[in-house]
Amino acid sequence: MVCYNEIMKNYVDYGVGDSDKEFAKKSVRFAKSGLKSLKLFSLVAISSFVAVASLTGCSNGDQSSSSSLSGQFAGSGASSQSSAVDVWRAGFQAKNASASITYDGKGSGGGRKDLIDGAVLFAGTDVALTDDEVKKAENGACKGGGVVEVPVYISPIAIVYNLDDVKDLKLTPVTVAKIFDGAITKWNDAEIKAENPDASLPDKAITPVHRSDQSGTTENFTDYLAKTTDGIWKHPASGSWPNNVGQSGQGTSGLINVVQQSSGTIGYADASKVGKLSTVAIKVGDKFVKYSAEGAAKLVEDSPYGSSEGRYVVELNRKVTDPKYYPLVLVSYQATCTVHKDSKSADFVRSWLTYITSDEAQKKAAEEAGSAPISESIRERIKKSIETIK
Amino acid sequence: MLKIASKTSGIIILTTLALVVIFLSIEAVPAIFASQDALRDQIPWFANSGDHNIWQYSIPLLFSTILAALLALLIAVPLSIAVALFLTYYVPKRISSVFGSLIDLLAAIPSVVYGLWAVAVLVPRLSGVFNFLSRNFGWIPLFHGPVAEPPRVLLTVSIVFAVMVIPIITALACEIYSQTPHLNTEAALALGATKWESIRLSVLPFGKSGIISASMLGLGRALGETMAVLMILSPGHSFSLSVLMSGQHQTIAGNIAANFPEAGSLGVSALITTGLVLFLLTFIINFLARKVVDLPLKTKRRKK
Repeated sequence: MVCYNEIMKNYVDYGVGDSDKEFAKKSVRFAKSGLKSLKLFSLVAISSFVAVASLTGCSNGDQSSSSSLSGQFAGSGASSQSSAVDVWRAGFQAKNASASITYDGKGSGGGRKDLIDGAVLFAGTDVALTDDEVKKAENGACKGGGVVEVPVYISPIAIVYNLDDVKDLKLTPVTVAKIFDGAITKWNDAEIKAENPDASLPDKAITPVHRSDQSGTTENFTDYLAKTTDGIWKHPASGSWPNNVGQSGQGTSGLINVVQQSSGTIGYADASKVGKLSTVAIKVGDKFVKYSAEGAAKLVEDSPYGSSEGRYVVELNRKVTDPKYYPLVLVSYQATCTVHKDSKSADFVRSWLTYITSDEAQKKAAEEAGSAPISESIRERIKKSIETIK
Repeated sequence: MLKIASKTSGIIILTTLALVVIFLSIEAVPAIFASQDALRDQIPWFANSGDHNIWQYSIPLLFSTILAALLALLIAVPLSIAVALFLTYYVPKRISSVFGSLIDLLAAIPSVVYGLWAVAVLVPRLSGVFNFLSRNFGWIPLFHGPVAEPPRVLLTVSIVFAVMVIPIITALACEIYSQTPHLNTEAALALGATKWESIRLSVLPFGKSGIISASMLGLGRALGETMAVLMILSPGHSFSLSVLMSGQHQTIAGNIAANFPEAGSLGVSALITTGLVLFLLTFIINFLARKVVDLPLKTKRRKK
């Protein structure tokens, strides 16, 4: 039974991504070690069988890699980064076969609460911990130390729309704000026409589509509108949609589904989930910019950041005027404590954060989850934060 | 032996119920006693609603929940009764048993499947019907336009609820109607009543209390239904009767499911408070239903 469980575990671990080859190699190794043991103990058939079972099962950690990380490690939090975390888990466990990691994408708030309560080793969150939460953590799970917070997942948010025959729509942030606030209701409104002189805009009602659930994407989108429209967008940044205009969908896929379903709709979504929908080029400075991974990563790199020790919190500069940036970006963090109850957990957290922010892991996530890889200079800053983990 | 077994079962049910109430109440306390500023600070959807306390926040949700469930019953109950009468009195036994098992099968379909079907099939096809309703019956507040496009509105939710509860109510109604004493129907027929008259005189009064219980069971499912609301409805927060407009309604269960994942600790507490409200509502409705069910039986006994 032990063996069976081990094999199944490895299968599950390697089954993610294109690690099937790894799994095959590993199975051969399993079989070989089994044969060796079988020879050794061939005198007494039954006892040898039992021995093989226990040997192959338990020697698993020694043969797989040089790493000494083993055990169960739990994280929870933002669902935005969960598909990236899946990729990273597979990659990390390929290097540390006896470490098993779980991630419950229950949401940012839930993850931060779990971290403060000490229920998990690391938390994923779309917004940085508040000072209040940091204080709670320092009196709770992180007693004797502080909180480490690093950006691990950067993703551009695209404004998507469904309008036959109109491609490459260009909009200024002010127009976007007016559309989503119900001030512009027709596609052939003079303001949209002025920004798209070449497009044949129909006399059709605009249906803005937002998220019906509380989400980090909404928070970043409304933050962008609040900061770039000089008061035209009256609502503050909020994870929950502030008005009753238009329609809404549950989750990113629900929103995309609504936009796809009927013509004349416009919405916002994580760029990796856009699919075949057309996307809006938004005005940055005096140019219109389509979303891009590079533009998103560049903005995070050049934005100011909080300097308190261990906490690398980016204050996104959405008001940039250089078209090399794409200012509609979501940054998701992972947070953990600087001190841990045992060295095993601390070792794990250090190597986990180092791995997921590595070039290799970030590129993998970009391929599989559609995120923007973090740049070298961001990595340098993250390294400093990770070093504070004792 | 039997006495002990039934006694313990009864006690287990009552303690479970009591524990649920206690759990909900304890978890709800932080949100009930939190200041308005704290609620607005920590819960974005509460801040957006502009409400002053958590009870005020719950009432529009409660209103929408009841509205959706009532509309669903309005569609489902007459249809179910008709189907049940048809199956028990108008169709040969063999066909009715085949239909009966098909209906039981429908009752077992999980709500998420109905939700998917509604999103993919029903919603795109309803806009024509809804536009017709709004154009011709727009003077009724219920059908006030403009119709949302796509129609992710409360009436769609109610229709899906109706589809979900029809099998439940029909299955029970079939069972009830088939137990009408044959003597009663035959006596009516012997007195010269037509088939429909005999059904009206003997079957319908006999089944009345049973149908009410069946409807309550359906109502219970409609009140607590979550997945379908989450997938179909474009929610809002108001007391609007316009079930053809989007961004007006949200049910309690749908609201909990939509906001729970990203909720902080106070947010979870606030959601549990709304859950407590829903619990009290179902409790009251079931209590009233019991009263209604008991009434006609008593008068019958007296006649004897």
